[in-house]
This record gives sequence, structure tokens and C-alpha cells, in this order.
Amino acid sequence: MWQRFASALPANPWNWIAVWRRNFLVWRKVALASILGNLAEPMSSLFGLGFGLGMIVGGVEGTSYIAFLAAGMVATSAMVSSTFETIYGAYARMQTGCTWEAVLCTPLTLGDIVLGEVAWAASKALLAGTAITIVAVALGYAEWSSIPYALPAIALTGVAFASLAMVVSALAPSHDYFIFYQSLILTPMMYLSGAIFPISQLPGSFQRIAALLPLTHSVDLIRPAMLGRPVDSVGLHVGALCIYAAIPFIVSAALLRQRLMR
Amino acid sequence: MSSPAIDLFEVSKSYKDRTVVDALSFTVSPGECFGLLGPNGAGKSTLARLILGVASPDAGKIYVLGEPVPARAPLARRGIGVVPQFDNLDLQLTVRENLLVFGRYFGMSATEVKAVTPSLLEFARLENKADARVAELSGGMKRRLTLARALINDPQVLVLDEPTTGLDPHGRHLIWERLRWLLARGKTILLTTHFMEEAERLCDRLCVLEHGRKIAEGQPHALIEQQIGCQVIEIYGGDPHELLPLVRTQVQHAEVSGETLFCYVKDPEQVRRRLGNRPDLRLLQRPPNLEDVFLRLTGREMKD
Repeated sequence: MWQRFASALPANPWNWIAVWRRNFLVWRKVALASILGNLAEPMSSLFGLGFGLGMIVGGVEGTSYIAFLAAGMVATSAMVSSTFETIYGAYARMQTGCTWEAVLCTPLTLGDIVLGEVAWAASKALLAGTAITIVAVALGYAEWSSIPYALPAIALTGVAFASLAMVVSALAPSHDYFIFYQSLILTPMMYLSGAIFPISQLPGSFQRIAALLPLTHSVDLIRPAMLGRPVDSVGLHVGALCIYAAIPFIVSAALLRQRLMR
Repeated sequence: MSSPAIDLFEVSKSYKDRTVVDALSFTVSPGECFGLLGPNGAGKSTLARLILGVASPDAGKIYVLGEPVPARAPLARRGIGVVPQFDNLDLQLTVRENLLVFGRYFGMSATEVKAVTPSLLEFARLENKADARVAELSGGMKRRLTLARALINDPQVLVLDEPTTGLDPHGRHLIWERLRWLLARGKTILLTTHFMEEAERLCDRLCVLEHGRKIAEGQPHALIEQQIGCQVIEIYGGDPHELLPLVRTQVQHAEVSGETLFCYVKDPEQVRRRLGNRPDLRLLQRPPNLEDVFLRLTGREMKD
């Protein structure tokens, strides 16, 4: 029984790198278009909302609205890049391109493939989140010294959302179903997590829900870092994101095993 | 006697209530080309998946290169090369990059892959296409690249799932020639096919499958001799059920399949005389083949 399940887990700590490198090689050919496409949306939100709403709102939590929003956009863009890479990119490699099928004929296990895909999606999240952080820093909305603290938090956000999206990919009969995940889970989460406005604006029951959401923990790590403030309860936020990374990873591997290795 | 390359014992597999592989046993010796022959839906591709450990059997035991599968399938797969039924190359990458990516899955470094790439390209007759994107290759070229890719780890065993399906005759002959080259170099091949000609040309031994069960096993020519052992006349153009009583006394055995009457005869001239010069009939006389074996054993044609 255990040996059967073992095929759904990574065989060793390095096999996944070959999967990551395959994706990197393909991505490199379209890197420029991919970077522009991934950054245009969070950048336009940052400047559109930041300047437009910022004029009306004035300051938030002792800083300008655009500086407040910048951290929210970093976390949100990490969430979105990582999710989209998994539900569209990895799903296509599993379902239509049959890339996974080819890899399953090699010594790699399904778990190695899933880990490689999660790491790849997290890398794209890191790229998007870092780019926005650098823009925010260059424009004076964040501290240069914040970058080393923000990067690990962005990467962890990417891993957590890739794992969650992998469960969605494992369950979706076709890519038409992904719209439900986007509109029913991701968009509400963006508004509930304090990315765009402080959680204290929410009614009490929604605040309690917000405390459970992965994006909230991501924002709570990234925002103080970018604003050069001390981060409260680092352990809690990191721990919560790790749980969101680990449990969905195992669940998705088990579901994918049922789907692909019947 | 050396230990078998592939060993299946009483293997069964079903999906929902449909039995796809039914208590099947066979052994493939090192250096042998073993064919799994049967119509679509006979369980050939499922067997290939079971041997690779990508699917788990409901019952029975599988050993590949001495490793129990699926328990130690990743280890067994180190020594296997696979050509799947449908090409799954990376279309966006070049021929060379496809080999590099695949080599990495086997733990090879870029230098190691570079060292074997020229010989693989030569094998696949793709020397001039090394830097072409796979999307630009013809169907036959893609198939040859898939075969070359399967050799990247210098495998002892090759699992080929319908390697020539969808190819034109020229492409097919080129693949057959390449496979014979590999057999001459001592590779073991497990080949699934529904082409009789392919099985007759390449396989040392084969196993005929129907509904996941073995209905015959042996050397192609021995099977043909044993099951048929005489000439065949195919008669088209008339109503086969009406023709059957006419020739019944002249033939050892006759079979109706679709609009064709198959007559198995020691003396073909007798049948021709019996039918006279009917202009509506077309007679084709030929030596027996595996198609006839399948028809004899199942009462059905294997052609899809």
C-alpha cells in the first residue's frame, strides 16, 4: 500500500530539477512577452488605484495609499502568476501536451513532476513579485533594504498558491472549470486579505475568515517588510503558508495519481 | 538461461467492470522481439502501462529487468526506453533540446547528452534537423525522433506501443529497418501492433490478444503453419453466404468476414474450377498470414 502511494511522492530531493529546467528552457524562448504580460496587470492596478484612489483616500495606516497598496499588489501578483502557471501551464502539460506522460516513462515519479511544476510556478511568482517590488522601491514607495525580506515571503506565497492550484488542476475535468476557482476563490480572497484596503474595514465575521486565508498571511509578511516596519508574528504567517503549501501538495499528488496512474 | 527481461504472471487489470487484461502471463527473453498483437481495445496499451509501472495491476506479478513492478518501477525504468502510441515530444523545442531535456530526466548532464546526441541523430536520420523545431518536422521524422529519444539512456529493453501507426509506407519501412538494427545490437523489444506485416517481419515470438486474454502464442511462422498450414483464397464481389455452399466440399475450412469469403485450401485450382469464370467475382490467392490466424481463432478480422 505504502509503495503504491510512494509513486505519487518525489523519489528524491533533486529529481524535480529536471522538470523545472524543461519548463525554463521552453519559457526562455518567450521570456520577454511572458514578463510583459505578467507585469502589465499588477502594474496598472498599482498605478491606477494607487494614484486614482490614493487622491481620495489620502493616507492609510501611517503611509501613502500607493505605498500601502504596493505590498498588496506584490502578494497578489505572486498569487496570480503562480496560480495561472499551474492551472493553465501545468494543466496543459498534463492534459493536452502529454509532457507529463513522457516524463512518467522515465525514472521520475509523479511526485517529482508535481514538485517540479510547483517549484516552477513559484519561480514565476517570485519573478513577478520581485519586479513589482523593485518598481515600488525605485519610485520611493518601499525601502531598498526591504528586498531581502520580501523575496522569501514572495517565494513562499508562490509555493502555497501553486500547491492549491495543483489540487484544482487535479480535480478539473477540463480547463473550463478554472474560471470558478478564479472568480469564487481568488478574487474574493484579494478583497478579504488586506491587499487593497486594511482588514480592519471589514465586518467582524469577515475579519475572522480573513485570518484563515493564505493571501492575508502573505500580505502581513510582505507589507511591513516593504515599509521597513517590524513584522508581527513571523512564525504564525510563515507556518500558515507552509501548511497551505504542504497539505495541498500531498492531496494533489494523491488525486493526480488516481487521475493519471489508473 | 539468462533471467527474463520482462516476466508477467497471471496479470489482471480492470477499469470499473470492464476487464482489460485477463490473467495474462508471458515472458520476454533478453535480445528477443516479442509482439503483442490484437485489435484496438485488446489491452495492448494497458499492458505497456502496466509493464512501465504507470498503472498498477489488480492481480498478478510483473518483473522487468529483475525489478518488481510497480513497486520498484522507477528503478526498472532506468533500463527501459519507451515509444508511446502518440508522440509526446516538446513541440516548442528543437530536436537537440528535446534530447537534452529527456536526458536530464535520466540524470544525465548536458555534457553527457551532448556526447551521445550525434549518434542518436544519425540513428534517426535527423542530422540536418538538429536545430529545427519539432513542430516543423514531418510525422515520420517525429516518430524517428521519439525512437531516438527512447535510446538516450542506452536502455536494455524497448517498449514500443504501435510505433508505425499513422505513418506512410516509406516511413514505416524506415522504422522497421531501424528496429532491426537495434535487435542486431542485442536490444530486447516489446512491440504492440495491429499490423500483421509488422509482427511477421520483426517478432521472434508473439502473443495474440483478444479482450485482454491470450488466444495464441508462438513464433509467427509456426503459428501460421499450425493454425492454417495451407493456401488462402479471398473471394470478393458476390454474396459470401451464397458462395460458401458452392465451395464447401473443396476447402479445408472457410470463413465469412464482412463481404469477403476466406477459403483455406490445399489445392486452389479446384476452387477456381468450381466457381467457373464468374466475371462478378474477384479471387485473390495468397500464402496464409497472421490475419488468418486471428480470423481462425476468433471468427473476426483483426483490421479495425
